[in-house]
Amino acid sequence: MQYAIMVYEPEQEFAKRSDATHQEAYWGAYQAYSQALAEAGVASGGTALHPPHTSTTLWLEAGHRKVQDGPYADTKEQLGGMFIVDVPNLDVALDWAARCPAATTGRVEVRPLLPMDAG
Amino acid sequence: MDARRAAELAARNSYGRLVAYLAVRSRDVSAAEDALGDAFLAALKTWPSQGLPANPEAWLLVAARRRLIDTNRHARVKAATIPALEQIAEQVAQDLQAAPAMETPFPDERLKLLFLCAHPTIDPGIRTPLMLQTVLGFTATDIASAFLVAPATMGQRLVRAKAKIRDAGIPFELPAIAHLPERLEAVLEAIYAAYNRGWESISGADSPPAELTDEALWLARLCVQLLPQAAEARGLLALMLYCEARHAARRSPEGAYIPLAQQDTALWSMPMVQEAEATLNQASKLKQWGRFQLEAAIQSVHAQRAKGGTTDWAALVQIYSGLVQISPTLGAWVGRAAAIAEAHNPQRGLQALDDLPASPLKTYQPYWALRGHLLAQLQQFDSAKACYSQAIKLSTDAAVRAFLAHQSEEL
Repeated sequence: MQYAIMVYEPEQEFAKRSDATHQEAYWGAYQAYSQALAEAGVASGGTALHPPHTSTTLWLEAGHRKVQDGPYADTKEQLGGMFIVDVPNLDVALDWAARCPAATTGRVEVRPLLPMDAG
Repeated sequence: MDARRAAELAARNSYGRLVAYLAVRSRDVSAAEDALGDAFLAALKTWPSQGLPANPEAWLLVAARRRLIDTNRHARVKAATIPALEQIAEQVAQDLQAAPAMETPFPDERLKLLFLCAHPTIDPGIRTPLMLQTVLGFTATDIASAFLVAPATMGQRLVRAKAKIRDAGIPFELPAIAHLPERLEAVLEAIYAAYNRGWESISGADSPPAELTDEALWLARLCVQLLPQAAEARGLLALMLYCEARHAARRSPEGAYIPLAQQDTALWSMPMVQEAEATLNQASKLKQWGRFQLEAAIQSVHAQRAKGGTTDWAALVQIYSGLVQISPTLGAWVGRAAAIAEAHNPQRGLQALDDLPASPLKTYQPYWALRGHLLAQLQQFDSAKACYSQAIKLSTDAAVRAFLAHQSEEL
């Protein structure tokens, strides 16, 4: 089964990405995690996202486009990216999620992918 | 237990076995329930009046298969369940031909289902209802009334939990040894919660109490049977047997509440007390102490009154002190204070109550009842009355309310 391991990070974690003193440790941790997923043969895709200040939220109201600067939900932790893993069941997915750096620095959400061909 | 009740429990027993077997194979609890639901309802209707069939599982399977073939339910039942149902029906038919008296033609997967319901990713509040529905076949309406929730809400929460089990890929296998204790703990907690729902008869005087006690005992026996090395499973079974043994003594013939200390021990069920003693003994030999064994030990001390006529309160203080170390619940702290009051004096019992954090106790009925009782013994009648009135407000049982009101009026 495929699961998305979604990475939610607080602002200070996003800041570390471009901060000279923390940059190396930050990316190093995610790189090591990616590598572990790949070596275990469970990596199945994923992507990192730019920080939430680059985000735009849009909806239509009576056919008119409404645009808002920033992410949809204004919460302390924001989506920073996701890993897609292919593992036998939820327990295994949760074990991998627990190893994700964001499990320590923020929150990790695990959700099964919905296979569109089955619908 | 009367014959009707025994037949009903047998129907729930067979139904649970079949649902578990099908669910483990189809990985879909709702689909398994769908496939067997009509047959189970028919069994609930006919078995108590016409008697148990020779092979209950075979009866249910034949009925379920017939329904699948000759009605359009076929379309509603998830495709994955049908081959599993066909396979098991075939197997049971063959086994029965070879040995008609055979009792268990297929493996018992109910423990897997219980542990599945106790998976850490399932909302703790829905675990017990889920077990009661999947393993014992209670409807959302039955469960809702026992848990004081609107039936529609309970129904939705159960459906959501089962959809999560199916779609999130929660494994149906028994957890790895490392995870077994925490999951067993959740299973035992859920069984005990089910037992207390029945025991407290929270639905009040106007409607019959929620009868979940037999089912809870039965689930605990199942855990003991399937995990004989788990001391706490035996501890829970012993605890519930001690409490159940006092069933007939808890109410007067007129339905009035009788507190433990005033119960007529001649009304206690001695065979049940003996079974509880034996079970607790077996548990203690396994040398893994836990909350349920300590709680059973407390009940064991109370049970001694049937033999010696007195209660060893000093021993109770000791056991409660151990219990609050490993399981610091409000009930354990208040029970400890009550034991201290009896072993020493009301003043010290009151002191033990005063040492507890106040805020969670504000809405805890036993705290106010005990406080009122101790203050009354210390001749502080006005304060005692205020505590009794608080306890009355917090009691959900009409008989307990009447008892407390009487205590208060006597002052």
